[in-house]
Amino acid sequence: RSEKMAFTLYSLIQAAILCVNAVAVLHEERFLSKIGWGVDQSVGGFGDEPGIKVQLMNLVRSVRTVMRVPLIAVNSVCIVLLLLFG
Amino acid sequence: TMDLPHHGYRATKPRARAGPPAGDPLLFDDTSSSTPAMNTQGYYTPGYNMGAPAGGPQGGAQVNNLFADPMANAAMMYGSSLANQGKDMVNKEISRFMSVNKLKYFFAVDTKYVMKKLMLLMFPYTHQDWEVRYHRDTPLTPRQDVNAPDLYIPTMAFITYILLAGMALGIQKRFSPEVLGLCASTALVWVIIEVLVMLLSLYLLTVHTDLSTFDLIAYSGYKYVGMIFTVLCGLLFGSDGYFVALAWSSCALMFFIVRSLKMKILSSLSSDSMGAGASAKPRLRLYITVATAAFQPIIIYWLTSHLVR
Repeated sequence: RSEKMAFTLYSLIQAAILCVNAVAVLHEERFLSKIGWGVDQSVGGFGDEPGIKVQLMNLVRSVRTVMRVPLIAVNSVCIVLLLLFG
Repeated sequence: TMDLPHHGYRATKPRARAGPPAGDPLLFDDTSSSTPAMNTQGYYTPGYNMGAPAGGPQGGAQVNNLFADPMANAAMMYGSSLANQGKDMVNKEISRFMSVNKLKYFFAVDTKYVMKKLMLLMFPYTHQDWEVRYHRDTPLTPRQDVNAPDLYIPTMAFITYILLAGMALGIQKRFSPEVLGLCASTALVWVIIEVLVMLLSLYLLTVHTDLSTFDLIAYSGYKYVGMIFTVLCGLLFGSDGYFVALAWSSCALMFFIVRSLKMKILSSLSSDSMGAGASAKPRLRLYITVATAAFQPIIIYWLTSHLVR
């Protein structure tokens, strides 16, 4: 019963890679600005505490900026490994 | 003023160790009977000094007798210098990822602290003061403050839980080494998931606390103590004992988590000091604390129910 739900560390890594990929494919102009999540809409007041939406937008933007290049490498490695070992 | 007791207290109990039998070469410097080293920081005192080069004149003479061949002597010196270089390199790499001093703070425990903390985890209802005490801006080590989180109890509890799970599976004749590894990695993955979710929610709500990642790992690892108690009762007293112990340890753990995190999360300084528009924030912080507490019984049940049929 729990053997089916059992996690290995490898499945955690897979889930993490898939989530980061999902965040990285959100396009800035075509999608995020259309739903009001673009970078130009996150300017808040100075003494103001940023709300959840602003924090989320900053998180999405920083993940996309930081993880773009390493994701290329990690995805290529994953593809090669899956082709070789199934 | 805060007076620091246990100024030169050693980290481990002094064990009665028999001296090396006469005639053997004195390879290690046995300092178990000497006075403990005075450590002004009080963070971390090594238990005993291993492989001290200055072994005294008697030790030195005996070591020299062992390596009469100068080539072997030179090889030994070269090997030890290589090992030192390797050790320095490994230390440098590791300290890039996490600060080792911070990690040492979490393992500076003693027996009295462990006893009191285990009692607190199982019966937290009579404890009055939950505030973590500070000393000149640095938090006190677990040795001096029973409210401070530590990583020794979670680590030991995790390993004990894995061994107990193996034993429980063996009793049900379902044991195999792969299942043990699976059980261990499942528990580890749930801890990682919980810590990541906590970090994400604390970041999103801009809660400025001094809860570091290691603190969250510590608080998340305290549930293993409850799990061990639950599994033991389930093995000893059958299914009824399991559910009674589950209810007891869930309530105790929820109380413990809410009281400990309330100090850190709900009363932390928010950047909006004007007070306007802060009505939503304490509510959300309360939700986080309560959600963390409510998650504990669920995960305890999830990880232990298959061990006790």
